[in-house]
Parts: sequence; C-alpha cells; structure tokens
Amino acid sequence: MKGIIETQDLNLFYGEFQALKNINLAVRRKTITAFIGPSGCGKSTLLRSFNRMNDLIEGVRMTGRVLIDGNDIQNSHTDLVTLRKKVGMVFQRPNPFPLSIAENILFGPQIHRTAKKDEYEQIVEESLKSVLLWDTLKDKLDRNALNLSLEQQQRLCIARLLPVKPEVLLMDEPCSALDPVATERIEDLMRVLKENYTIVIVTHNMQQAARVSDDTGFMLLGELIEFHRTEMIFTNPVDQRTSDYITGRFG
Amino acid sequence: MSLKNFKEALIEKIIFLSGIASIILVILIFIFLAKEGLSLFKSVHLGDFLLGRRWHPISEPPQFGVLPLILGSLFVTLGAAVISVPMGIASAIYIAEVAPPRMKEILKSGIELLAAIPSVVLGFIGMTTLVPFVKHHLNLPTGLTAFSGSVMLAFMAMPTIVSIAEDALTAVPQKYKEAALALGATRWQAIHRVILRAASSGIVAAVMLGIGRVVGETMAVMMITGNAVRMPTSLFQPVRTLTATIAAEMGETVRGSAHYHALFAIGIVLFVITFVINLIADWAVHRKLK
Repeated sequence: MKGIIETQDLNLFYGEFQALKNINLAVRRKTITAFIGPSGCGKSTLLRSFNRMNDLIEGVRMTGRVLIDGNDIQNSHTDLVTLRKKVGMVFQRPNPFPLSIAENILFGPQIHRTAKKDEYEQIVEESLKSVLLWDTLKDKLDRNALNLSLEQQQRLCIARLLPVKPEVLLMDEPCSALDPVATERIEDLMRVLKENYTIVIVTHNMQQAARVSDDTGFMLLGELIEFHRTEMIFTNPVDQRTSDYITGRFG
Repeated sequence: MSLKNFKEALIEKIIFLSGIASIILVILIFIFLAKEGLSLFKSVHLGDFLLGRRWHPISEPPQFGVLPLILGSLFVTLGAAVISVPMGIASAIYIAEVAPPRMKEILKSGIELLAAIPSVVLGFIGMTTLVPFVKHHLNLPTGLTAFSGSVMLAFMAMPTIVSIAEDALTAVPQKYKEAALALGATRWQAIHRVILRAASSGIVAAVMLGIGRVVGETMAVMMITGNAVRMPTSLFQPVRTLTATIAAEMGETVRGSAHYHALFAIGIVLFVITFVINLIADWAVHRKLK
C-alpha cells in the first residue's frame, strides 16, 4: 500500500458539469500534501471527496475509487461516522460551534462516547495544548467560542478534531480568513501536527504550499496536472502549465 | 422656504407621526385602562380582587375575586402549551432541517393557512366536533372543558410557534451543521447538539409569543370551555378565562359601576401577563452567552 489516501480514476460530476477528471494520486502518511490551482479547479471538491462531504450537495455523482487505508469509501455501506472520525476537516472560514470553548472540544468525545466525564478536563487541556491555546484560554473555558479572534477560532477548530483521534486532517484554505502573522503561526502548527497526523491542505497561496508541504499537486479545470515532491513542483515542474502557474503567468 | 423644501419637511413630519403613532396609542390605551380599572380599588381591596375565590359581580353585595378566572386562563394556557410546544418545535425542526424542498413548501403554506383561520371558525369547529368527542370518549358530563379549550388553542398557537422557530432554525449558519457532520455527528446529533442550541433564543421567543397568543385568545375559549366560574381542580371540567369574562359581561354592565371597573381591572391583569410574556421573549432573543 502506497498511501493513506489513494484515488483511482476518480471522476466527479455536479449535474452535467465534470468537476474532477480521472484523478489518480497517493498521499503519503504523516506528511503535508498541498493542492494548488486557480479558483474552480476542483481542489476543494477533491478534498471534500476524502471525507464524503460532497454528499451534502445535491446532484453529485462520482465514479472511480477513493481508498482510505486501503478501504474503498465510495460504496454505499461505508460508515460515514467512522470515516469522518478518521478523516477530520478544517474549513475555510473558522466554524466553531456557538457554544463554550470546552463544549467545542468535547463535542467529538460526547457524540462518539469515547470518553468518560472525569476525562473531559484532561481532554480539553491536551487538545488546547496541541494547538498552543492552553496558556491563553485556560481560564476562559466557559466563554463563547465566537468571541475568540479568527486565528484562535481556527486553532480551536483544529483542536476540536484531535480528541476524535483522526489520522488525516483535511484543511480547506485554513488561512484564507487570517492575516499574515496568524497564517504563519497556523503553518508552524501544521508542521508540529505533521508528527502525528497526515495533513492535506488546499490553498490559494502558492507560497504557503511551498513553505509547508512535502508533496504538491497542481490542479487545473478538474485535472490533476502534476503531483510531485514540493521542491520539484516549484523548481523543476514537468508540465508547462504548472510552470506557467507557479511563475504567475495565469491564475 | 421653497416649495420643494416644504414638501420634504411635510413628508418628514408625516412619516414621523406614523412612526410614533403606535407608541402613542399604547400609552393612551394604558392610561385609559389604568384610569377605568384602578378606580375599582377605591372600593375593593387589591388582595381580595386577585386572591378572592368568588366572582359574583351582580350579587348583593358583589364579590370580585378573579382567582378562578386567572386559574381558568392558566389551566387552558398550560394545557395548550403542553400540546403545542413540543409539536410546534418538532414540526419546525422537520420543516427546517429534514423535509425535502417540495414538502417544505407545502408544509409552510399549510401553517400559514392555519394561522389565517379566524378564531371564531376554530371555535365553531371545536364546538361541533371536539366537544362531543371529548364528552363521549372521556365519559364526561359535558365536553365543554378546559381540556377542549387547550386542544383548540394549541392549534392557534402552532402557527406562531412553528413559523418563528423555523425562522430561527433556518437562520443558523450552515457552517455549524457542516462542522458537526465533518466531526462524524449523525444528522440528529447535529440538530439537537448544535442547531437547536444555536437557535435556542429564537425558539424560546417562538414559544413565548405562541403562549401570548393563547392567553389573549377570547372567542374560541368562550365557545368551548363552558364558562363556569368556579375554582378549577382538573382540566376536565368547565372553566372561565379572564378574556371570556370581559367579552361576556362587558355588554351588560352599567358604565361607571363597580362591575364595569372590575372588568377593566381584569384587562390590566391580562395586560400585565402578556407584558411579562413579551418581556421574557424579548430577553430570550437578546440574551447572549458571555
């Protein structure tokens, strides 16, 4: 088995429109993989097919296979709860629940009944420590999460995933709502999390892909044009279109 | 001053007057109610009025105890709330979160139609169908009971509760639901742990406004609750509500008599009750987690 996520001839249609065309790739375990490309190239759609969030959209049809740990998640008896526990997702706009900080973190353990009440305190502490929020928030755990800064909200959204014990973290433009300083700090966090998790990030920002990722895929009009080690994509791309995009000739 | 400026100023004045008209009306109504109602307490003690167990306005000497009427309203209202609140919230959840788009449209127009039925028509239907049904199946001497009133009023509270609660649920941003589902929540877990809590203030407001509607309702309760003035002990006996008392007796009082003032005093009691209910609804809408 090559990767924790693999796709085989993956095609996806929104009604008549084909958003993904014959995608074949393998994501290596405990690395950061970035997908770049202009708006509408299908990179978010690809990301959302790894935890079947596209199911929420009406009129979506898929062919081909998506394998997580070798299991085809496309077939109808895939348990979505198990899949989404294993493959967590961080969204473009931070979306903490309008509940307290502690309740946000305990949401996963509570719905999955994976922890006892006397473990809650420890879970909150560990999760917040992993995203480096514990020191600032330890006295404000019962505050509404919506009052945090956007960066803190996004960190909280990452922290909320951890007690569910995912293996993969999908991040859909996680820094697009943040300022450059906050972006840099989230990128540092991703490098730390890479020790324990496989991270797949979709980004508009080529520099971000170059800075944090190990592998990069360049997408254009639903096709995966090129998928290689990041330094190769940015220094010696094989395809002319990749080269044109990363040098800023379009996009 | 040019004609154009004059027109501008005139229009501004007209809009201003229309804007404050409702406030002025409320103040005038309140002053009138207070003036007519409070003069009762020159001859009747406030405690005897609120806690008195006998409402005999035309006996000699008359007795103006409104406790049975307050309890009558309370019984009918609580009964209606017990029926309409769970049903209304469940129905709002179904419309906002579960129903397919076509079903949603059908249900929403159904609810609007229900709201459009005049209360006298509902009372009439209740009188001819529900009342005999209750009498027969519960084996009671009469079907004109607080219970029948509660059932009928539940139908009147439902549209308010459903439509306001549904608005509150629909206003919850989709991103919360997405986040919950992405964490592996089932649809029901996402609804009751996140969406319902995010919409809770709107739902409380919906319930309060629904109850407010029930408390103030007159015609239907007058037709089906039996109107017997006595201390209610069970839902399955006739009761008289505050509203029905005013409507039934106002026509036969002598203007300026104690009875006349007592009916206005009942109006003040109703005013206070609905004011408190609206206050709670307002507080619920504006309350925020720190």
